[in-house]
Amino acid sequence: MPPTRSDDKVGDTTVTVPRPGRLSRAWQSDIAWSFRHSPVAIVAAIVFFTLVFAALAAPLIAPHTPFDPATLNLMDGFTPPMGEGLGSGSLYWLGTDDQGRDVFSTILYGMRLSLMIGLAAVGFAAVLGVSLGLIAGYAGGWVDALIMRIADIQLTFPSILVALLIFGVARGLLPPESREQMAVWVLILSIGLSEWVQFARTVRSSAMVEAKKDYVQAARLVGRRPVAILFRHLLPNVMGPVLVIGTIYLALAIITEATLSFLGVGAPPTSPSLGTLINIGQDYLFSGEWWILLFPSLTLLALALSVNLLGDWLRDVLNPKLR
Amino acid sequence: MADTAYKTADDTLSMAGQALARSDTGDVLVEVRGLTRRFDVSSAWLNRVVRREGKRILTAVDEVEFDVRRGETYALVGESGSGKSTIAKMVVGLLEPSAGRVRIDGTDPARAERAAMRALRRRIQMIFQDPYASLNPRWRVADIIGEPIRMFDLARGDAVGKRVGELLEQVGLSAGDATKYPHEFSGGQRQRIGIARALASEPELIVCDEPTSALDVSVQAQVLNLMRDLQRDLGLTYLFITHDLSVVRYMADTIGVLYLGRLVESASRETLFTRPAHPYTRMLLDAAPRLDGFGRVHATDGGEVPDPIDPPSGCHYHPRCAFRTERCEREYPPKRLVGGSEVACFEAERVVARVE
Amino acid sequence: MNATIGNEATGNTDDDVLLQVQDLVVEIPTRHGTLRPVDGVGFTIRRGEILGVVGESGAGKSITGAAIIGLLDRPAHIAGGSVTLAGTRIDGLSERELQRVRGARIGTVFQDPSTSLDPLKSIGDQLAETALAHLPISRGEARERALQALIDVGIPAAAERLDAWPHQFSGGMRQRVVIALALIAEPELVIADEPTTALDVSVQAQVLTLLRRLCTERGVGVMLVTHDMGVIAETTDRVAVLYAGRVAEIGPTRRVLTDAAHPYTRGLMGSTPDTSPARDIGDRLVQIPGAMPGLTAIPVGCAFHPRCPSAMSICAMREPPVTVLGDTAVRCWLHEDL
Repeated sequence: MPPTRSDDKVGDTTVTVPRPGRLSRAWQSDIAWSFRHSPVAIVAAIVFFTLVFAALAAPLIAPHTPFDPATLNLMDGFTPPMGEGLGSGSLYWLGTDDQGRDVFSTILYGMRLSLMIGLAAVGFAAVLGVSLGLIAGYAGGWVDALIMRIADIQLTFPSILVALLIFGVARGLLPPESREQMAVWVLILSIGLSEWVQFARTVRSSAMVEAKKDYVQAARLVGRRPVAILFRHLLPNVMGPVLVIGTIYLALAIITEATLSFLGVGAPPTSPSLGTLINIGQDYLFSGEWWILLFPSLTLLALALSVNLLGDWLRDVLNPKLR
Repeated sequence: MADTAYKTADDTLSMAGQALARSDTGDVLVEVRGLTRRFDVSSAWLNRVVRREGKRILTAVDEVEFDVRRGETYALVGESGSGKSTIAKMVVGLLEPSAGRVRIDGTDPARAERAAMRALRRRIQMIFQDPYASLNPRWRVADIIGEPIRMFDLARGDAVGKRVGELLEQVGLSAGDATKYPHEFSGGQRQRIGIARALASEPELIVCDEPTSALDVSVQAQVLNLMRDLQRDLGLTYLFITHDLSVVRYMADTIGVLYLGRLVESASRETLFTRPAHPYTRMLLDAAPRLDGFGRVHATDGGEVPDPIDPPSGCHYHPRCAFRTERCEREYPPKRLVGGSEVACFEAERVVARVE
Repeated sequence: MNATIGNEATGNTDDDVLLQVQDLVVEIPTRHGTLRPVDGVGFTIRRGEILGVVGESGAGKSITGAAIIGLLDRPAHIAGGSVTLAGTRIDGLSERELQRVRGARIGTVFQDPSTSLDPLKSIGDQLAETALAHLPISRGEARERALQALIDVGIPAAAERLDAWPHQFSGGMRQRVVIALALIAEPELVIADEPTTALDVSVQAQVLTLLRRLCTERGVGVMLVTHDMGVIAETTDRVAVLYAGRVAEIGPTRRVLTDAAHPYTRGLMGSTPDTSPARDIGDRLVQIPGAMPGLTAIPVGCAFHPRCPSAMSICAMREPPVTVLGDTAVRCWLHEDL
């Protein structure tokens, strides 16, 4: 066994930068410190996680089931907040809409749907965008040019229009019976397809930088296939900005879904989302039943805003230049 | 000037190293013939059409030929634009030559088929210049060094971790470092990890691309000494790329001097440093700062390396050369043997004579 | 902290002293505590003299240079000591006053010529503007001086190249222009931070020779910061060796390099490979174990003691004071009468 030739050894370990335990590291890390010192981030996080928790717990905490027509009482319609329904006598915290649906419960279930669709859409966009970005950045040449031109073309269309287009096409292709069921999947697909570009672009520029680094050459030297290099070597190093973009696009996805539902081409009426509620509510705003519009709108606002603010904070904290 | 107050690594390994040493010392391991590489650096097609420009071709490497013997260190020396890094990449197969070929123990990396290439890959490895870019920052050291071991199926399961530990010890770190991440190490330590990774596949040839240029002097000494020790113990062959003549003097057995993609002189270390035969080599030797050169006046040629895209005609060095004749401007001098060097210069005899 | 290092007895009159740095301390408050990249650095530079400041990365040499001209990045700041230029203190000056000092009294040459020159202005304009800003001359005179400056630094066909853009020059030529820019307002001191590290070795020799010639001709003092001992040997008159923010040794270059008093300097000399024919080919390079300590982990006592082959027990306890040995000064317990 050859003698050791080290000069930086103390006993059995090499002298390197000291590393405390994992949890302690996480707590003391720059990110955690920044979070604790940023009131905006803390408030946004509280709001967001409260809403998420409420949405997840909807089946447990919602006092009514608004999408089951059997439970609805038409006479309860237009009950104001904290009022009792004329038909059933139940207390409606935030009132009811034109069909007697409890606004509070509908908001909870609607948020659930919105979040589900939003997260799935962003997830889909991220997977698609990151993959294409990696390929474009690593391969270069005509592959890169092709992918980027497709991305550019897509960017010239506003995302709502793209989503509408895909939605319309999908609807036309599907037989009418499955339209209701497939509505959610089509929504996810269309919103996701309208959002992948930003992921692709950001990942592509990081990938281009990383691909030139020597550790990639070293991997090629031992015979790694390109796919393995992309996903095992490059991917971990380009993921940083993806998280930031993800949060911001989550907010956008939620709003896009709300818009589509508002336009009547989104969530089906049997499982209404926040957008559907807003759509219904706007008809009655000036006839006095303001609560049908206000509460869903406020919820949507809170959701989107908190996600956005968290994304902003995350971007600032992860930006190495501001450190 | 070795200061005896400092410990130098003990020599008990010489015997073992010699025992390990190759019985076939001296035969050619790497053969490079007519190696050429061109890059198309033209502007985009549309821009060229609009501006009525032609294509621009950069000849980074031009008909380079040399041999590397088993067990020796062959240094390729050059300044910017010399093509040395491009040659390194072609030798290991990361880049394809535009013309000419590389043969490593008979196999050509640019033309080998799968199985032969895989076998060859195991035998050649590379050490890179930038210790901060040569290790994947998101991987643990154990995975970084383990990757070649796994790729070449040299060990499985627990044996991999054991082997990683051995390699770390061999380069002067400790086995416990395997769980750490690169950012926890200093530049010199990272280079050691890079060396451990290169050793993981038990190669015969290691191409070293400026391995110490980014390191402080005292750390450089550690790494260079380590590399020499490893060569002696493991019978390695080095192709050492650098711009630093003083490092070359310490490490190399044979040296090739590159200028604008061409090999202008090739000689043993002794010959090159005492009786250089090419004017460029002479100039390089004179320009290199010396630790005892107090107030030294340099015999500079007043010039700089020209743009490699549009090199001078004939012998590329002629505009800066003190020995040039009219012929040097027209023709490219062929390689010939003058005073112990293989040199591409019409006036090599005069150059050698000038040196006392 | 300790006695001033750098005022070693030389017998020169005070008139000759151009720059005097005494006990300079630079601190950077961070959330991990206050870091001290420069901790009691002192040296003098005389007119027409080139002082080399050598050290490895992390020694604090660049920060020292930045502190002298007031170019420290916030939140780094001078926390102690003084910087005196030709008798006047410049370390406490306001930004406005510092701007007048820079250029007119202190010129700078940095490592990267491509960021030192404005890519959007011709070099003639940049030279002329700098001259105008600091000298009481007319536009026409400024342009003439710009042309003369280019000729002085050896740019061929200077008249035609006066209106050329920086990107049209090669690396070595650009660095010559940067030197011209540093000298055009007739400063008394030039701070050159790794001026040739990014250049090929053949150009390095030319640029250093030029710098040396111009400065000694004009009586300009030079602070040459570098990590390259060979450059120090060939270009400087005196040298200060920095380690972990302190001056380990300072003295005439020839003496310090051939007969170093500090173990670190001896180690550096032994670990530097050399092309000089006097050095035996194949001598094993001396290895200094370990590496320069990071700013958060500077050892107690002498900062070098964990790596020092001659360390004694006192070295781990107290920082050594400055010992003057003739024309050199060193910070090492080995030379201190205990």
